[in-house]
Amino acid sequence: MKARDSIARNIDKPLVVIYLLLMAMGWANIYSAAYDPEHANLFDRAREYGAQSVWICASLLIGAAMLLVRGEFIRDLAYPIYGFVLLLLLLVLLVGREVNGAKAWFGVGGFGIQPAEFSKFATSLALSKYLSGLKTLKEVRSRVVAGVIILLPVGLIMLQPDTGTALVSGAFVLVLYREGLSGNILLAAILAAILVVLSLIMKESVFSIPFTSYQFHGQYFLILLLTVFAFLAFLVVRKFVLKHRRRRIYAFLLVGLLGSAAFISSVDQLIDRMPIHQQTRIRVLLGLAYDPRGYGYNVEQSKTAIGSGGFLGKGFLHGTFTKYKYVPMQSTDFIFCTVGEEWGFVGSSLVVLLFGALILRCIQISDRQRSRFTRIYAYCVASIFFLHLMINVGMAIGLAPVIGIPLPFFSYGGSSLIGFTLLLAVLVRMDAERLEHLR
Amino acid sequence: MNLDERKYVLIGGVAFICIVFILRLFWLQVVDTSWTARAADISERKITVFPSRGLIIDRHGELLVANTPVYDIMVVPREVKNLDTLALSQLLNVPMDQVRERLRKAREYSVWKPSEFEKQITADQYAAISVHLYKYAGFYAQSRTLRTYPPHVGAHMLGYLSEVSARKVEEDPYYKPGDMIGVGGLESFYERDLRGKRGVKYVVVDVHNNIQGSYKNGQYDTLAFAGKNLYTSIDLKVQELGERLMQHKKGSIVALDPRTGEILALVSSPGYDPELLVGRVRNTNYRLLQQDPLRPLFDRALQAQYPPGSIFKLAQAAIALQEGVINLNTGFACNKALVGCHNHPSAANVEQAVQFSCNPYFYNVFKRIVEQNEVPNRFEDAALGLAKWKTAMESFGLGHPLPLDLPAVKGGSIPGVNFYNRIYGEKAWSFSTIYSLSIGQGEVLVAPLQMANLAAIFANRGYYYDPHLVRAIGSPDSLNTHVQRHHTMVDDKWFPPLVEGMRRVVNEAGGTARAARIPGITVCGKTGTAQNPHGKDHAVFVAFAPMEDPKIAIAVYVENSGFGGTWAAPIASLCMEQYLTDTITRPDVMQRMLEADLIATEGNYTKFVSKRRKQ
Repeated sequence: MKARDSIARNIDKPLVVIYLLLMAMGWANIYSAAYDPEHANLFDRAREYGAQSVWICASLLIGAAMLLVRGEFIRDLAYPIYGFVLLLLLLVLLVGREVNGAKAWFGVGGFGIQPAEFSKFATSLALSKYLSGLKTLKEVRSRVVAGVIILLPVGLIMLQPDTGTALVSGAFVLVLYREGLSGNILLAAILAAILVVLSLIMKESVFSIPFTSYQFHGQYFLILLLTVFAFLAFLVVRKFVLKHRRRRIYAFLLVGLLGSAAFISSVDQLIDRMPIHQQTRIRVLLGLAYDPRGYGYNVEQSKTAIGSGGFLGKGFLHGTFTKYKYVPMQSTDFIFCTVGEEWGFVGSSLVVLLFGALILRCIQISDRQRSRFTRIYAYCVASIFFLHLMINVGMAIGLAPVIGIPLPFFSYGGSSLIGFTLLLAVLVRMDAERLEHLR
Repeated sequence: MNLDERKYVLIGGVAFICIVFILRLFWLQVVDTSWTARAADISERKITVFPSRGLIIDRHGELLVANTPVYDIMVVPREVKNLDTLALSQLLNVPMDQVRERLRKAREYSVWKPSEFEKQITADQYAAISVHLYKYAGFYAQSRTLRTYPPHVGAHMLGYLSEVSARKVEEDPYYKPGDMIGVGGLESFYERDLRGKRGVKYVVVDVHNNIQGSYKNGQYDTLAFAGKNLYTSIDLKVQELGERLMQHKKGSIVALDPRTGEILALVSSPGYDPELLVGRVRNTNYRLLQQDPLRPLFDRALQAQYPPGSIFKLAQAAIALQEGVINLNTGFACNKALVGCHNHPSAANVEQAVQFSCNPYFYNVFKRIVEQNEVPNRFEDAALGLAKWKTAMESFGLGHPLPLDLPAVKGGSIPGVNFYNRIYGEKAWSFSTIYSLSIGQGEVLVAPLQMANLAAIFANRGYYYDPHLVRAIGSPDSLNTHVQRHHTMVDDKWFPPLVEGMRRVVNEAGGTARAARIPGITVCGKTGTAQNPHGKDHAVFVAFAPMEDPKIAIAVYVENSGFGGTWAAPIASLCMEQYLTDTITRPDVMQRMLEADLIATEGNYTKFVSKRRKQ
């Protein structure tokens, strides 16, 4: 009894409040996005909010139930849960229902279940379990195992194919970094991203050598530029750096230069082999192609809906632009448009800030854990929410490419709702048990 | 290595993303208002509710102008899918390259908003098209109305509708580009009454361009009010008869009711079928009409100004009697040395002078009016006399436009002292300079409407009412009360002898207009022949009937037809008979008038007529 009391007392109230707030706002928002005066009942199954209401109730129940399950029990079940989800991901490829070209759904009556949405939870558990058992992440073996844990579900999800959900697994790179993966890898990833963007931009232009008829594409110009920089760096190093350190830097410069050149060329090849719609999406995002009727259409409509909201918004149920279906996928991937249109700058900033608070709270919770497992798990949760926020909202306001992932608690869909609830409920329960580890 | 600090990378990332997102949201939602405009542009539609234009109706309730529905085919480019351009081209009878060109233009204008693809398809054509139209996603029909003219008469007085000019749009905020506006005639004069008031409805449409409801519960909507009907005084039968009688002749007929000033018929010939200036064919036809050397667009009834010829003698005689320079029994010998005349006995009194239309007689009459010997100087005396004469003439509705309810009414010209001073210099002209005025020649100009009004003055024995076309606006009872009665400066007592002269013109042997007689009705009239430097003389005839209780006054002007009694008098007679008895008892006269072609040799009118297109 006493333990139960202390757990109830130690439940992290800010996190729960933020969760409930977001859930309520999401509910209202779905209602508005799919509103039909003829089916105004919140539980009317004819509209999306009817199903969503059922999912919300289910999530609350599941979340409450999870609070009753001891953290140790979950921790012990981490691998079986992971295995079970992997099995589901395999099964869905075989017997799944195809929706929008992706075999991602199990049909259960009128409802569909998307196992990929639970893979984040399962991978978080498995990764936390594995990393908490390690002293350090410096051994190649442990890095490989961690990578496999992350990439197994990613591979299966890619086969559906559901690139968006697979990409969210990038969140685990942040976790690995937190747990000791070299920062250089993170840095290299960021530099690579910059190189990709640069080479894409340069690819558009053709340079000609003065006084000759010879022309070459921008990416070669980029390589040339890098070579010049490397050479300048070489001169600087020769002049200012102590002799015994020079060698390492020379090697770094040479490898970096060759690597970059190879990388730029392979990006070039890769882009050329991409399906044309993905090429266009990337080009539209970089401002290289203006194509509001084509691939940029979704984003353009989304920005219009959000932009037309103004400072205070058009009011609940009065968002005409979203109401009349101008934004594609407005109740799922582009749900943020309804927020922007109906609640304006004030409402949409509030949502962004609430998500920010949710993530920061998770990091804070992670910080105060004595259990390594809980600490890593909390960090996983924070990273996953961070990626969802960054990609989903970023895409709606035209700062990220169009990648189909849901906005937690807002987008229509029961699987993601239950998945995110599970992530948080387990975290809250394990956090509430943190004092027990003192004993 | 303290790994704990690595959490700040994520914390920094979260803070960075939140700040960037909020700044971006601030930019999109607060700073950059173009998104709001774009959303409104895409999802809100302003629907103009066009009221039906007022009808124009004759004095017996017959329609002169009505409305007929036509259909515009509209296209919303973004909804066009899998378009079979060849089939569409055949369905709408639009060439393939035009189909592509119009689609391109529509797309250029707006992909969301409807553009006109094909204009003004008639109801018959639309019936055949409508059953297939559903196959062409993005295309739909929008109905509106065009003017139609069931009797096909009165083109000049009715006017027509045309797209409003860019300048008018600037001047008058009511009009929007593409609106129709009355041009010329009643359509223009009564534009405000006829057009009604346009309504505006703001609606919100969904992505499929279906109307989803009114914008903000219709708080910005305005109601449309239908245009008011015009109840005119035109007698359709007289108008129709007049237009038929004037075919193949240049000239005009103006008939009015002297008791009220109501215009009964207003004919200008050559005219044109008003349907020629409706809808898609308007521009082509307008150009053809404009190029026609016979100038069918020119409204001769109101805008032509001619020397009145001998009909002017009626006013001359009345003024002379009033001035006391002659009396009823004044006689003058027909001295052809003064001014040319035809062969007739000398007039022993005014009645005979009118009957014979004796030129020397009126030479003397006008001489006495001008030279009243009030001052010794011959020139000064002439100026005094002419000034009096001009004022008196103007009281007959001459020399200034009559206030008819049509645009562009010409007023003719009664030359005065200033006029001659300008030409000859002060005290440099006298009666001998201006004597041709005595017989309605020279510098005097009168429009056919004024001639008919002159007839009305004699019918009324001394006064006239403002001529007007519209008796009531909106409902048949709201009578036009702005009509004023104008007395001439000549006493009523001087009119009966002159009217007797007019009776003799028509009814006595030696009268010049015996062709104007109507069985059983006493017609009074006066012929005129105006010299024309460009060809045969113009003929004019003014008349009223019946003599005892005049119900119609009329002026018929036939250009280049020679003597007034030959063509103008019978035409006037037939029109009056039609109005007074609703029958034509002289089919032979009628036939002769219809067959007469006074311009066949002169112009290539028929060639142009055959080129005009009707839709």
